[in-house]
Amino acid sequence: MLERFATGASTYAPSIDHLILLIAVIVGFWLIVAEIALFWLMARFRRRDGHAPQYVTGEEKHLTKWVTIPHFLVIACDLVIIVPAILVWMNVKQTLPPAQETVRVFSQQWAWSFQQPGPDGILDTADDIRTVGELHVKENTVYHFELRSRDVLHSFSVPVFRLKQDAVPGRTIVGWFKATRTGTFDIQCTQMCGMGHGLMAGRIVVETPQQHAAWMKRVSSPALAASVAPSSDTAADNSKIAEVSR
Amino acid sequence: MSTTARSIANLRSVTGIPTARLVTWWVIASEIFIFGGLLASYVMHRLAHPEWGIAASHTNTAAGATNTFVLLTSSLFAVLAHKAADAHDGPKAAKFLRLTALGGLVFLTIKGLEWTHEIREGFVLASGGFWSFYYTVAGLHALHVLAGLIIMLVFAVDVAKNENLPRVQCIGLYWHFVDIIWIFLFPLLYIAK
Amino acid sequence: MTTPATGAHAHAGSHGHEPGHHETSFFHKYLWSTDHKMIAMQYLFTGAALALIGGYLAYVFRMQLAFPGHVVPGYGLVTPNRYNSLVTIHGSIMIFWVAMPVLVAAFGNFLIPLMIGCDDMVFPRINRLSYQIFLLSALILLSSFLVKGGAFGGAWTSYPPLSAKGIYNLSPLGSTLWLVAVALEFVAFLLGGLNFIVTTMNGRAPGMRMWDIPVVVWMIVIASVLFMASVGPLIAGAIMLLFDQRLGTGFFDPGRGGDPLLWQHLFWFFGHPEVYVVLLPALGIVAEIITVFARKKLFGYRTILYTTWATGVLSFVVWAHHQFIAGIDPRMANVFTITTLLISVPITEMIFVYIATLYGGSIQFTTPMLWALSFIAEFLIGGVTGIFLGASGADIYFHDTYFVVAHFHYTFFPSAIIGMFAGLTFWYPKMFGRMLNETLGKIHFWGTIIAFNMIFLPLFITGAAGDQRRIYDYALFPEQMRPELQHLRQLSTVGVMILMTFQVFFLVNFFWSLKHGKRAGENPWLSNTLEWTVPSPPPHGNFAELPTVYRGPYEYATPGRKEDYWPQNAPITPLEEGAL
Ligand code: HEA
Ligand code: HEA
Ligand code: CUA
Ligand SMILES: [Cu+2]
Repeated sequence: MLERFATGASTYAPSIDHLILLIAVIVGFWLIVAEIALFWLMARFRRRDGHAPQYVTGEEKHLTKWVTIPHFLVIACDLVIIVPAILVWMNVKQTLPPAQETVRVFSQQWAWSFQQPGPDGILDTADDIRTVGELHVKENTVYHFELRSRDVLHSFSVPVFRLKQDAVPGRTIVGWFKATRTGTFDIQCTQMCGMGHGLMAGRIVVETPQQHAAWMKRVSSPALAASVAPSSDTAADNSKIAEVSR
Repeated sequence: MSTTARSIANLRSVTGIPTARLVTWWVIASEIFIFGGLLASYVMHRLAHPEWGIAASHTNTAAGATNTFVLLTSSLFAVLAHKAADAHDGPKAAKFLRLTALGGLVFLTIKGLEWTHEIREGFVLASGGFWSFYYTVAGLHALHVLAGLIIMLVFAVDVAKNENLPRVQCIGLYWHFVDIIWIFLFPLLYIAK
Repeated sequence: MTTPATGAHAHAGSHGHEPGHHETSFFHKYLWSTDHKMIAMQYLFTGAALALIGGYLAYVFRMQLAFPGHVVPGYGLVTPNRYNSLVTIHGSIMIFWVAMPVLVAAFGNFLIPLMIGCDDMVFPRINRLSYQIFLLSALILLSSFLVKGGAFGGAWTSYPPLSAKGIYNLSPLGSTLWLVAVALEFVAFLLGGLNFIVTTMNGRAPGMRMWDIPVVVWMIVIASVLFMASVGPLIAGAIMLLFDQRLGTGFFDPGRGGDPLLWQHLFWFFGHPEVYVVLLPALGIVAEIITVFARKKLFGYRTILYTTWATGVLSFVVWAHHQFIAGIDPRMANVFTITTLLISVPITEMIFVYIATLYGGSIQFTTPMLWALSFIAEFLIGGVTGIFLGASGADIYFHDTYFVVAHFHYTFFPSAIIGMFAGLTFWYPKMFGRMLNETLGKIHFWGTIIAFNMIFLPLFITGAAGDQRRIYDYALFPEQMRPELQHLRQLSTVGVMILMTFQVFFLVNFFWSLKHGKRAGENPWLSNTLEWTVPSPPPHGNFAELPTVYRGPYEYATPGRKEDYWPQNAPITPLEEGAL
């Protein structure tokens, strides 16, 4: 259902979408039942001449079932929602599949920056690729991200991945994703982080392994690296921030 | 204001508990949640930071212990004041109330000396996690002691004239509560090192 | 002598004010009064004024969202900084300075002594102090718009480190003023709550047992207890945050041994019960209204109380559903998903009981009844969308999107605005002695309800499409720049304009009827509860003769009686005894 509003592009996006659909069906059913009951009673028992109201306390044996039956049905429905909700949650947040690649995500007022291994495939070496505002990843690869913040809370959100995680200063929070579709997608900051919160945009570029290799080669050649690092997007943002600050 | 606005509602007592005492209990309940939140925050941090023990070792356990003793004694006076009020002996109750207040004053004096010393040594509110909690929690408690002893002295004026005797019990309840809070603070701030 | 406090004496009911006899100055009558009804009016009018301000702020930022970068008529240009302040202060005002004062304080003050049959609160002067602190807090909040750096913009949740340091939020003064204002507001409501709780426990009329207390009184008292029990830790948190801001401590600074998540726990441990603090009084108001206009006994009075208590208790163990992805231990989310979904059980029962109450009734669609019924219809939407958010797996996507915004406006708007209008139109005759105009009332009703849905239904969709909250302009997010989404945002803003326009009908009706409305008499709705047995408006001291209660509040259409209502204080005549 959610696909209609927002593309899905990670392995767990469909499971989250299904969960949402399941909830929509269950609570949608109840919502309709309740609203119909409400409007039907309103129409049926509107004031008419010659119809006196009835005296019902609601504590009569044969009437309490109108409360006890929904009571148990709702508990049952809750269970039907709780179980898949927790399963999805564990899959996305609790149990991480082994990493094929690892990237570091840094958040600060008000920009995203990324650090990933260069051609040697190892983090924290001289050839690490550092980018601002733009993250390049390979399709169909399990990525672990290590999320950090340099100042206040931020939240790393990639709607097409159905991924969202707050960044907390002083902690490194590890999460994962595996993209299933190539393209360029939004990175949002979804935690209020001050004046530039609405400007804290980034882009995630999902590439085929070939494209990714080509990109890596391009940015790793020392001559070019300097010009790539602050991505064009973010440079524009910064000037915009300066312009709008009061 | 010439009239004391006592409503009829104030004179009723459907629960059987006099209104003044009932409200004292509710005040205490709401205070428990404030101190509870503060202490729970402190304990969580303390467990996560074993190194705070070093800071805690600079606190003056002897002063803390003396203060515990002082407060407990003053609580005893509060009980005696309540007894006297029950026996409709206003002047005696007022005397014990003043003694209780004196206990509070001694407590605050010791506290003041203790803090002066610590501040001289350079341990101030912003000196680190432990000290922030130390001054905040104990400071909030000290404010309660101060408020309690002022109220007590005000009440004592009427009580000495045999008026408003039931108030003695209410302020006594409050005083015991302040005392009990200290019983929690003392080990948490001074003994755990 | 000349203070209104004299009204607290029992004699007042019979002769009230003879002109010249009691030389009561304006100041003493309206500003320094200890009369619970006057304090209720103070809360009501202050809350209403702030509702208009909160609504105006919403208008300004919604205009910015619909037409980004354009000058907003009646405001000016919305910069990112100002946008944040507008949203933050809108949220804070609506919850703390509108919903609470109107639903809890105004109705609580007006109704509790009247409904339980006594002359005033147990502590009238503490009651007056409560309002004064509240007023001070409101003024402090509003003044923060004027200080250097502007009003606080770090969201109504005020998460540190952003809220703790001026270098981060760029409004060091504003953030401290916000915190002080909120803390004072808490103190005001603690004092008010003490009065509500103790008055209801101790001040009831003879004969009024626990089960004879009208539901709205129960709800306000339970809300006060919830508030008291949840706000304590946040008061402690506010002290810590204030010290972090002003005295250089590091309670929430991870660099210095603090923990920013601690604030979130303290805030939401309060914040979740708080939403029920707002919901419960509204539910109580609705209960009073549907029984009167359906001429029906409440379907299972005790069921309502049990489910309310259950909701109250459960509301203390669900708070972390606001923090699923905040960096807490992911295993905790599982526990909180379960508790959150379970809280839907008592609330479902309560709502079903309300719906079932209509069965067998004789429903009159007066303005208050329309408001009450629409409360149920709209709250259902807000409630069921909460389930999406409570399911942790789904909340990963929905968290901090407009879906959440739509969810909580579908719960808050029915409580704070619909509930307020329901209560106000219902008790207006009692408060002011005149009837409101029904035609104007119905125009206002339909205009407001349709516009309300027009504002917030589209926001479910933009939220599902990924619109994140607290964004002043989506220009940098290509996926959110789809034209359809912009159209929905504009639709929503048009809704705001319609809604604001229709409030004129209400204001006109309100002030016109004060002078020209039909005289109400004691009991225009033929209702059972005690407030309808005294003149409208009730005199100081309320009851000429303090009532005795013989039965529960919802004896409508009792078999064997000529009238279809049976006031709580009507003694059983020998004749009736035979008939029963
Ligand atoms: C009066 C206010 C109010 C009320 C009553 C509620 C009621 C509920 N709320 Fe809501 N909520 C808010 C105000 C309110 N909320 C606010 C202000 C926020 C955002 C704060 C912020 O971040 O700024 C919020 C946010 C919020 C979140 C966090 C979202 C996020 O930030 O990611 C969650 C998550 O669990 C949640 C859940 C619920 C649930 C489960 C209920 C339940 O109580 C609802 C129960 C009712 C029903 C379920 C309807 C009736 C039942 C049926 C028709 C039967 C069918 C149902 C089933 C089968 C389950 N709410
Ligand atoms: C009770 C709570 C309440 C109420 C009623 C409202 C009412 C409205 N809200 Fe608000 N809102 C919040 C609580 C509330 N809100 C909160 C808590 C937030 C989160 C803040 C944050 O993120 O920090 C929020 C955020 C919020 C946002 C999200 C902003 C963002 O994230 O960027 C939006 C966007 O559209 C919005 C819109 C509106 C609109 C259009 C109304 C309209 O319905 C307003 C219409 C109201 C009126 C026009 C006033 C009517 C009253 C009278 C006429 C007075 C009556 C007179 C007497 C009683 C005598 N609100
Ligand atoms: Cu970073 Cu919002
Ligand atoms: Cu909640």
